[in-house]
Parts: sequence; structure tokens; C-alpha cells
Amino acid sequence: MSWEFIMTYLPLYQAAAVLTVKIGFAGIALSILVGLGCMLVQYERIPLLRVIVGAYIEVSRNTPLLIQLFFIYYGLPKIGISTDAATCGVFGLAFLGGSYMAEAFRSGIESVAPIQEESAYSLGLNRFQTMRYVILPQAFSMSVPSFMANVIFLLKETSVFSAISLMDLMFTAKDLIGLYAKTTESLFLLVVFYLLILLPVSLLGSLLERRVRYAGFGA
Amino acid sequence: MPEPILTVSHLVKRFDALTVLNDVSFGVCKGEVIVIVGPSGCGKSTLLRCINALEPIQGGEIRLHGERIAADNRNLSTLRQKIGMVFQSYDLFPHMTVLDNILLAPTKVQRRAKAEAKEEAMALLRRVGLSEKANSFPRQLSGGQKQRVAIVRALCMHPEILLFDEVTAALDPEMVREVLEVILDLAEQGRTMLIVTHEMQFARAIADRVLFLDGGNFVESGPPEEFFAHPQTERAQQFLKTFTFERKR
Repeated sequence: MSWEFIMTYLPLYQAAAVLTVKIGFAGIALSILVGLGCMLVQYERIPLLRVIVGAYIEVSRNTPLLIQLFFIYYGLPKIGISTDAATCGVFGLAFLGGSYMAEAFRSGIESVAPIQEESAYSLGLNRFQTMRYVILPQAFSMSVPSFMANVIFLLKETSVFSAISLMDLMFTAKDLIGLYAKTTESLFLLVVFYLLILLPVSLLGSLLERRVRYAGFGA
Repeated sequence: MPEPILTVSHLVKRFDALTVLNDVSFGVCKGEVIVIVGPSGCGKSTLLRCINALEPIQGGEIRLHGERIAADNRNLSTLRQKIGMVFQSYDLFPHMTVLDNILLAPTKVQRRAKAEAKEEAMALLRRVGLSEKANSFPRQLSGGQKQRVAIVRALCMHPEILLFDEVTAALDPEMVREVLEVILDLAEQGRTMLIVTHEMQFARAIADRVLFLDGGNFVESGPPEEFFAHPQTERAQQFLKTFTFERKR
């Protein structure tokens, strides 16, 4: 293994890692919003929208991210909606992640006992206040484990971004292998950088899980 | 006879084909303590739930100070604030401390100043012997303690009438007393209460009037001394018999 090679191309990986993280977290943030929206539509049983959300969740969960990205990157320009690769990456990730987040939140909200809602209503809280102060905080704590699993899953999915020529970690590694045939070093750096991104997230996740579990459940 | 503050008239409640409450009518006057007894599944809890509009009703109406209690009333939240309800399973919010549980509705719904509401909450907690638990989470409390907190939570909204739905049914025997004593204390303060319970001794001690619900309607009603000592109907006699045991040998 050539350490000289590794040191030379380290900055390239750093830049790629920053891009991966930026797009990854932007996509995840957006997927949280999409997921929340979908979950509320399903929970409140809003007619029509509910059917659309249901269909979206099935399509999104049952097609690979790569295909979704191709659709956005190469397909949408054909009907006049063109995006640059980074935007496409963010929206692609949000399209995939939204459904996973929706399902995580839904299982969280369904695990809150109905009597909690009634208890809040009987105190005079309206629907919104009941949601905001009683249901959602409990639902979030319940969905933390699957939520964190989704975050990690989505960060890992960023490795297909190279397919739409985003200069992310995977792209950089493939590029270097193609140019210099230094497979071992390039892949080594790739693994190291993905670990550097994902390990802290993973640790943060288990810390968060322990904290919310402590914060008053098993009552 | 003073004017009742809560009136239930010709109430009909059905679950699909099953009629649980059939043409139920009664009124509750200010300061009155009414205990509803009856066999399991006779609709006692359902009746209380209807009064708080937690169950849709199929006929009749329920009015508090003349205003109709129903899911389509835009004023429902205001009406519910006047009706305090305590459930069998306590139903404190598990993610909040005892104090936050109590303060949520007074500060968010009634928009009272936090300091003032907190002062009242602490006074009420002291009264039920739980002031040192103000910052505990519900899971750190015993069943009896949770139920006392639930009562304080309802009281802090200054309700005009309190509904108790088998509040001791889920408790260990030694915790039943501490909760019932709190309710007895409330009766002494002149609170208006509608109580569903299986504790006959307690019913006898607290009630101004006992209503015996069976088969979807009140079969018998009267002051506790009469009802428990000389039940008029055969069904009430049979029901009361289930609480006494005779030596078989």
C-alpha cells in the first residue's frame, strides 16, 4: 500500500466527503419533512391525498435509488424540468427517504395509546395542541430507533450518486482507480471516509436512543 | 330542588347493533355527588365517556349549563375544560414530569400565567401529599400516586364537575384507600362529582344519590342508605349480593 498515494489524494477525498455529507444531510432533512407530511396525511385520513401518499410510499420503497435518480436526472428534463446533479441528488434522496421516514413516524404514532389522545381532549386541548404536546413527542421517542436506522441507510445510499456524475466519495474512488489503477489505496480511503461519516452518526443514534428511553417511558 | 348544572336526557348509545345505553336521563346539581354502580359492561364508563363527548351518541342530548355537549359543538374544548375527567388507567403523559402534566392544560389551553398555575399546582400536590414528586416522571410513581396526580391535573383546570371512571379499579388494595381519601376530601369541599365505582363501601360513604345502571338504563336510584340497605328491585338485590360472601360449611 502506497502511503504517498494516500497522502496525495487525501484532500480529494476530503472534498468529496464534504459534498457527500452536504447532499446526504440536505436529502435527509428534506425526507424528514416529506415523511412528516405523509404521516400526518395518513394519520388524519385526509381523503384523496391519502391515496396519493399511499401510492408514493409503495413506488418509493419498491424502486432502487439509482433508478429514481436516473428518472429525475435524465427523465425530468424531457418534460422541461432540468436540475443540476447536486439538486437531483438531494431530491432523489428525499424521494426515497420520505417514504421510509413516513413509515418510521407512522409506527411511532401508532404506538401511542389512544387514551393519551382522549386524556388530552378531556383536559380541553384541541386537536392541534394534542398533536403538538402529547402525541408527537411520544411518537418521536418511539420512532427514534427506526429513524436513526433510516438516517444511516440514506447516508449509505449516497454511494450511488456517482452514477449521475456527482463528485462524491464513490466517484472519486472510481476515478482514481481508473486513472492510476491503485485499487487497494483508493478503496481503502473510500471505506475509511464512509466510516468517518457514519460511525459518529451511529454513535449519536444509540446515545439518543438511550436518552429518549430514559426520558419517561415504560410508565 | 335546585336547577341541575348537567342534564342528560333520553341518551341513546349504540355500538353497531348493540345498544349500551337506552333512553338514559338524569341531572346533576351543583355540589351533588352521584355514584353510578352496576354490573361490568352495563355501560357505566360509556356513559361518562359520552358526557365528555369522547363517544358519539345516537340519540338524546347532554347539556352543561344548557349548552349541548357534542363533537360538532365549536365550543367543545371550553365545555371539556369545565368537566374534569379521571380515567381508570391514570393516563398521565409519560414524557412529562408530574408538574408539566398538571400545567400543560392550564398554561396552553387556559393561557394562565405559569407562575400562578404552578403555585396552585404545588398547593394541590401538597394537599394530596405529593409535593416532593413534582419533578418525577410518571413511571417513577406508584399506581396510587399516579392516580392522585391525575386528580390534581383535572382539578387544576377548575372544573365545575368531576367525572371519575373506576379510578381505583387498576390499583392494588393498599393504594385504593389513598386515592379514595382524596375523593372524599373533594366531596367535603362541596365539589360536584359523578363517580363510577365498584367500591361499595366507598359509594355508601360518599354518595348523595346512588344510580344503579343495568340493561341500558337506570333500574333503581336513591340515597345510599336506602339503596344499600333495602334495594327495591330484584336486579339490584342480586347485584349487591355479589359483594357479600356466605360461609358454605
